[in-house]
Amino acid sequence: MQKIIKIIISFIFLFVISIFYISLTRDTNYNTSSLINKETPEFKIISFNDSNYYTRDDIKNNYTLINFWASWCAPCRIEHPILMKLSQTKNLVILGINFKDKEPQAKTFLSELGNPYDLLAKDKNGKHSVKFGIYGIPESILINKELMIIQKFVGPLSDDDYNNIIKIIE
Amino acid sequence: MKLNLLLLLFIFFSKFSFAAENTVDPNLIHKNLRCLVCQGQSISDSNSDFAQTIKLVVKDLIDEGKSEDEIYEFMSDKYGDWIVFKPQFNTQNSLLWILPYIALIFGGFFIFSFLKKRQ
Repeated sequence: MQKIIKIIISFIFLFVISIFYISLTRDTNYNTSSLINKETPEFKIISFNDSNYYTRDDIKNNYTLINFWASWCAPCRIEHPILMKLSQTKNLVILGINFKDKEPQAKTFLSELGNPYDLLAKDKNGKHSVKFGIYGIPESILINKELMIIQKFVGPLSDDDYNNIIKIIE
Repeated sequence: MKLNLLLLLFIFFSKFSFAAENTVDPNLIHKNLRCLVCQGQSISDSNSDFAQTIKLVVKDLIDEGKSEDEIYEFMSDKYGDWIVFKPQFNTQNSLLWILPYIALIFGGFFIFSFLKKRQ
């Protein structure tokens, strides 16, 4: 009996220590990696100039980068040159989604820094962003020809991200 | 007469409980969803931009006729299990759900055998 008690106590002790170890060494930063390799959700989003709606059909048969941005977002200004460079590349459609922004400010932003977007839409109240697991901007999602999410970039795009995207699409 | 009255009461209460089951309380859902951009706050407690958006989406999902569990499933699908304070049972967190029951069974067995031996 004494032996069984000792074994049980040592097992509980080891278990508690291993739980502490796993919890303390785990990356606690939230990430949306669970979305990768999942199919792009159904969406119907109004274009920036209210003329039409964009759906999944508009991004079929090509690599697409969906970029959530706003004129009030400082990191969006930082990543804008990268988006301008990406707009020069073939095989990539950039769908810009203007997030919770005011139209005049958004237009000024694009006229000042350039418009890298092939398709431009707006998400006035942010509801569409939830479908893509967005929790802050800028965020970008790279989608392949089969409409599968292959990469998700949280925060401004960097030079490394640019190289990574180029490598994937070429 | 008594039978009719009982039947009437049964129908009334069963309808009442059925209606209560179908009502989805948005506040309850907000309390069980974590605000991902806040420090330890729920969507209900937070006034952040993210929380406001999630509240709008929850309202839309309720209007679409989604149940409470379906809404949690939708949110977990988009943001991972981290967004739900009480995660749904799955293979990754199965140990978390099963372990207390295993501990209870083993503990009970242990106490029972210990007491039996003392007697």
